[in-house]
Amino acid sequence: MIDVLEGGIATTVQDAGRFGLYHLGMPPSGALDDFSFRVANLLVGNNETVAVLEATFNGPTLEFPQDTVIAIAGAELPPKLDGEELPTWTALAVKAGQLLTFDFLRGGARAYIAVAGGFAVPLVLGSRSTYVLCGVGGYEGRPLRAGDTLPVGAADLRRATALVGRSVPAAQRPAFSKEADLRVSMGLCDYRLADAGRHAFLDSEWTVTPAADRIGYRYKGAKLSFVPREQPFGAGSDPSNVVDVGYPIGSIQVPGGVEPICLLNDAVTGGGYATVGTVISADRDVLAQTKTHDRTRFRAVTIEEALAARGERRSRLDLIRAALAA
Amino acid sequence: MQIVEPPLPEPRITFGGDEFIFCEIDEAMSFSANFKALAICQELARRKLPGIVEIAQANASYLVRLNPDEIKPQKLMDELKEIYEGTATAHLTFPTRVIDVPAYYNDPWTHECLMRFRDRHQTPDKTDLEYVTEINGFATTDEFIAAHHGAPYYVSMLGFVPGLPWCYQMVPRERMLEVPKYVRPRTDTPALALSHGGAFAALYPVRGPGGYQLFAICPVPIFDPAQQLPDFQDAFAVFRGGDILKFRPIDRAEYDAIREQVEAKTYRYRMIDVEFEPAEFFADPDAYNAGLLARLYA
Repeated sequence: MIDVLEGGIATTVQDAGRFGLYHLGMPPSGALDDFSFRVANLLVGNNETVAVLEATFNGPTLEFPQDTVIAIAGAELPPKLDGEELPTWTALAVKAGQLLTFDFLRGGARAYIAVAGGFAVPLVLGSRSTYVLCGVGGYEGRPLRAGDTLPVGAADLRRATALVGRSVPAAQRPAFSKEADLRVSMGLCDYRLADAGRHAFLDSEWTVTPAADRIGYRYKGAKLSFVPREQPFGAGSDPSNVVDVGYPIGSIQVPGGVEPICLLNDAVTGGGYATVGTVISADRDVLAQTKTHDRTRFRAVTIEEALAARGERRSRLDLIRAALAA
Repeated sequence: MQIVEPPLPEPRITFGGDEFIFCEIDEAMSFSANFKALAICQELARRKLPGIVEIAQANASYLVRLNPDEIKPQKLMDELKEIYEGTATAHLTFPTRVIDVPAYYNDPWTHECLMRFRDRHQTPDKTDLEYVTEINGFATTDEFIAAHHGAPYYVSMLGFVPGLPWCYQMVPRERMLEVPKYVRPRTDTPALALSHGGAFAALYPVRGPGGYQLFAICPVPIFDPAQQLPDFQDAFAVFRGGDILKFRPIDRAEYDAIREQVEAKTYRYRMIDVEFEPAEFFADPDAYNAGLLARLYA
């Protein structure tokens, strides 16, 4: 068990996600920055998909009644044990009774806190991930608060202890910037965009608005125009409306032609707005580490380029897997 | 009156990043487009290909999530095009269920909610029910309500939030109710509110934001992640794509009686299994619907 003394702004239990239920309207949830989530687990000797804490913008305060091993990956949110600052992306030994706090965020948006054995909240519909909107999974279906007690799974402490002090080399960690270049594959309902609207989407610099969370990120920057049409039956009257469709994770819609929204892991699974493109899987990690006021450009790529980027991401992860297994 | 469906255009199929393929059967809603999407999704599921993560049918389109490490996106797209060409829907039949859904029209809870959001509505001086009555050309709200539950609905898609059914009324297009959504969405909607937006009725599984016109509430849950109620043994959502729902008007006394059974976890939806035959339905929808309901209430 780990005691929560302060929950932080939005700290939730997340794993790799909940799958196979999208056709019933259940979004996957799961860690937004999947790369950092997996590395945090690898650093403490866990299977890389067990549940961790995803801390947003600031960290929780946790008290550990037993000796264990932890690691913080993702956002540059420096951990402190009993007040002493320690490195991120590193396996850290924790002694019984020690207090984990965090210093201020220095880069990125979301940090992943892994503990040897993982956070053993109940499996709900195949996952421990928290889906806050419907109160599903995680710790009582909600962000952590003071007074919560987090169950921890059985750990291979000998293996975890052997990893203490190991860290991910700086060259293999993601670099955080206030300017993100997100690769998108155009498509879906992008036939609704006029040429000027397509150019405005791909040529504008966008700014992340305050509406940026696990459901989605809203951007401001330009107005997009749509092709005039006679309304198809059932589509709705606005030019940005379509007969309700399923939304890919990472898909971008533009209600009313203003403020594009990129949908993330806790989003609605479908609806009646024209989607115009999808952020490629390799760049969802990057998006998840941006925050309000950061700037973003969307760059169109082909499916081959998207697959090459996916392969490059996997190679980076494979290097870390191999190094920590040795 | 029979239902004559427009011919389907060439479908649009595109990648949604490296993990999704989206296919729009038609820009317009129709039974034919929905049945085509259903047939393709069923055939894809039957093939049990490696790397298929999600198969989600929508109103006139479908979405597949894949793991590109297990199946190449281009290979799956080629296979989906081949399935499109190979699925004839003219003689399609499929197993489904007809389900009785009690609905308390003009109830106090949706009324209280909609009155809080008059500033976001087309007609701040009228209720949602008065507005939808007027724009669909009915003389009284009772006539609108009678048309709303007069024919059953086909569940053409589930989603938005878990368990929410999009319901497409099983009548010729000339008789379909069509209503605009709120000018600006509400930030609140009671759980189990029955509503209408565009050509679709929708039943909100949980409390939350929404933009559909409100005029009824249902007493029985449709979403139960803890799976404690008897109808939720198999899934957290009671409805499935392809189900046929009959909204049955009830009064306050029956609403309260059903709520007591829900609280006691004894309520069961009245439902029957049927083989749905689109060709028979198109030929004479009113007679076909009457036959389904006669069996449901036998």
